[in-house]
Amino acid sequence: MNSANGDSRGEPRGILGSERSHAYAMLRRRKPSAHMDLPIRSKLAFRTIGSVLALLAFSSIAHAAKIGDIADTSWSDQALEFFALEHPAIRAAALGTLLIGFCCGALGSFLVVRKLALLGDTLSHAVLPGVALGFLWNASKDPWAIFVGATGAGVMGVALVGWIQHTTRLKEDSAMGMVLAGFYGLGVSLTTMIQNMVMGNKSGLDKLFFGQAAALSSGDLWLLGIISSISIALILLFYKEFLVISFDIGFAKAVGMPVQALHYLLMALLTFAVVVSLQAVGVVLVSALLITPAAAAYLLTDRMHWVLVLAAGFGMISGILGAFISYLSNNLPTGPLIVLGSTTIFTLALIFGPKHGLLTKALRRRRQRQRIALENTLKSVFHLSESSGFTRKEFSIAALANERNQDLASTEKEVRALVAAQLARHVDSENGAEWSGQARFQLKKAGWLRACEIVRNHRLWELYLTNAAQYQSDHVHDDAEEIEHLIGEDIVQRIEERLKSPIQDPHGKLIPRRDQVTA
Amino acid sequence: MQRERLIPEFDWNAVFVQPWSEYASNSFWIVLMGFLVSGTCGLVGCFVILRRMALVGDAISHSLLPGITLAFLLTHSRDTLPMMIGAVAAGVVTVALIEAIRYSSRIKADAAIGIVFSSLFAVGVILISVFADKVDLDAECVLYGELGFIPLQEIAYFGETEIGPEPVIRMGIIALIAIGLLVAFYKEMLVTSFDAGLAASLGISPTRYQYGLTLFLSIVIVSSFESVGVVLVIAMIIFPGATALLLTDRLSNALWISTAFSACYAVFGFHLATWLNASIAGGMTVIAGIVFGIIWMVSPGQGLIIQFRSRHSSNEEALEPINPSL
Repeated sequence: MNSANGDSRGEPRGILGSERSHAYAMLRRRKPSAHMDLPIRSKLAFRTIGSVLALLAFSSIAHAAKIGDIADTSWSDQALEFFALEHPAIRAAALGTLLIGFCCGALGSFLVVRKLALLGDTLSHAVLPGVALGFLWNASKDPWAIFVGATGAGVMGVALVGWIQHTTRLKEDSAMGMVLAGFYGLGVSLTTMIQNMVMGNKSGLDKLFFGQAAALSSGDLWLLGIISSISIALILLFYKEFLVISFDIGFAKAVGMPVQALHYLLMALLTFAVVVSLQAVGVVLVSALLITPAAAAYLLTDRMHWVLVLAAGFGMISGILGAFISYLSNNLPTGPLIVLGSTTIFTLALIFGPKHGLLTKALRRRRQRQRIALENTLKSVFHLSESSGFTRKEFSIAALANERNQDLASTEKEVRALVAAQLARHVDSENGAEWSGQARFQLKKAGWLRACEIVRNHRLWELYLTNAAQYQSDHVHDDAEEIEHLIGEDIVQRIEERLKSPIQDPHGKLIPRRDQVTA
Repeated sequence: MQRERLIPEFDWNAVFVQPWSEYASNSFWIVLMGFLVSGTCGLVGCFVILRRMALVGDAISHSLLPGITLAFLLTHSRDTLPMMIGAVAAGVVTVALIEAIRYSSRIKADAAIGIVFSSLFAVGVILISVFADKVDLDAECVLYGELGFIPLQEIAYFGETEIGPEPVIRMGIIALIAIGLLVAFYKEMLVTSFDAGLAASLGISPTRYQYGLTLFLSIVIVSSFESVGVVLVIAMIIFPGATALLLTDRLSNALWISTAFSACYAVFGFHLATWLNASIAGGMTVIAGIVFGIIWMVSPGQGLIIQFRSRHSSNEEALEPINPSL
């Protein structure tokens, strides 16, 4: 059935596309003249800055680089060559992936915070029949015709998802899956039909599946630039509205915002972004560009405008990285590399994020556990002291172990931790005595105050539970055991005021007074 | 096969008669394979839809790519077993990663699914590109599937007797296993799908059946993707069940109806693709979409026409509801 298609596999199909993707291969074999000395390097560096500025002006005029002799180039030379952005194809790829990363990252943020991430996936598959029809319009890869067709298909797909959800009992995921697969199936049918046609052999439609940044034409770039500017302008213009419909749609409706219109505006922008990214990233992976940078940003900050900025930044970084690696290794498609770049950023954010990172959370939990252990030790020392009528100041490790019902070794570790935290001191250490069961230690002032504070938290909480919350006095200990480490000084004071500065806890023990704690 | 026009003239003889006279055996195997794939996917799909796992299925179907590529690179064979193991491992890894991201961060399920499957798919594409000379897997074949090549596949023998192309036999076995599992665990699947709390109180672990379904889903997807491609597997999983659920309230009926729809996709999809000279999997999906559209319109219980009518008739009888907040 697909024999024509199958036989020609491996041969370049798209004239435009193949030319440009081979441009990479050609370029890699050339290099700047072998004796690239200092002035040239500084000139290169200067030009790098210059070309970044020039990028903004879309200088697609071919400044054919004066590249000298031909030889195998090293990795660093290739990097220089790439980032010098001298060749139009490289410039197109770099600029294109930057813009794509920017656009998709910023717009994707709204999808991620609205829990609509997979709508991006649906969208990227749903545009395929539109792309094919746009291609058929005048049988060429005219970016504008493809753009119009794809946008139509994308918006139709999103509308259909909403419609199926509203009128049937099928849930969002099934609706999305059906639109995704149904449109894609239509697209695959159309694509195979086109490729079986005479002209179809040079359609280059196959590039749309995995993407090749080097295949970006100047028409594509113009389109990208225009779409990016429109997106930025609209996001800035409607930032507040988009923010409100993303986080509190009920409120948005209540204050009379045109919620539906805003939703479809956002969807139209997203469709634009997906369509212009197809060429460089491919149908299957565009959704990753929408989701992954935004998710990484969402892990790092709680403010929506920072999510937007970070996501756009991450998108651009992964875009340029993808284009660069694809350039280094000639046969790798750009799309998957860009996706893996953003996945790497996401993984780093997931692990090392300063607020929600796994490592940060683990460290925080560990510190908390250590603090609780320390406070429990202090509390036991307080009990020891209390049972002696607050006469004794020095205690042996053995006595503490007895009080805490545990073995000597772990008790010794706890006391060492107290000493390390400057809360206690080893009484005999001046005489050079060893640590042992009989070794004695004394709480420093800070340690004693902390101990009083914990006991005070514990006993006040117990009293509060029995007096104010009507708990049985034999049920309150376990709860207080947990809360004593977490409760803050202001809450403790409020409890104290409410209980009218009590002296004794439900078990008849003295509650350390506030002046004892703060002294 | 090349031609100038996109839509060829409709030739009754070429589209409907020839396939069943001249090429009858080829057509038979293609349609049978199409039916086995969409039927099996449809049975599993009913549960997938009820459990709102449709997009997890999509994710699994994408992440099979690195799984089978790695399996191929490690074993250098296209045997069923290593592929199956690679695919199932990929499916399990996908689900585990999605859950891990969900539980360890504030990323929601949807974004987690998107991140995991796109990354794994990207890994797969890169593996194929890097080892292009060693891997006899074609990314395009993975995307489209090649149902049309089924009759050209190796023939499986039972003893001395020729029974049919090997992939069809394999898919048939998978279908039989699916039916067997369905009969054996119907009640458990029913309860865990609709009321996880009740299931747990009856001593049926919902998570165990969830993972079981995920595993079996991976197996079904990997045995189907060769013929319909990774993306259209999802069509075969969702469409029969979703369409059937528009027609009935009972799960057992839905299973029967979805099987009937699958047969319909296979037959009409094949003829549509023959007429248009397009991908057969694509044709099947288009038919699936059309059938869904028709049922969505005319379904006696929940169709658009019924909804439209009842809205109009109720407008005449009932007063406008009074909004208490005004």
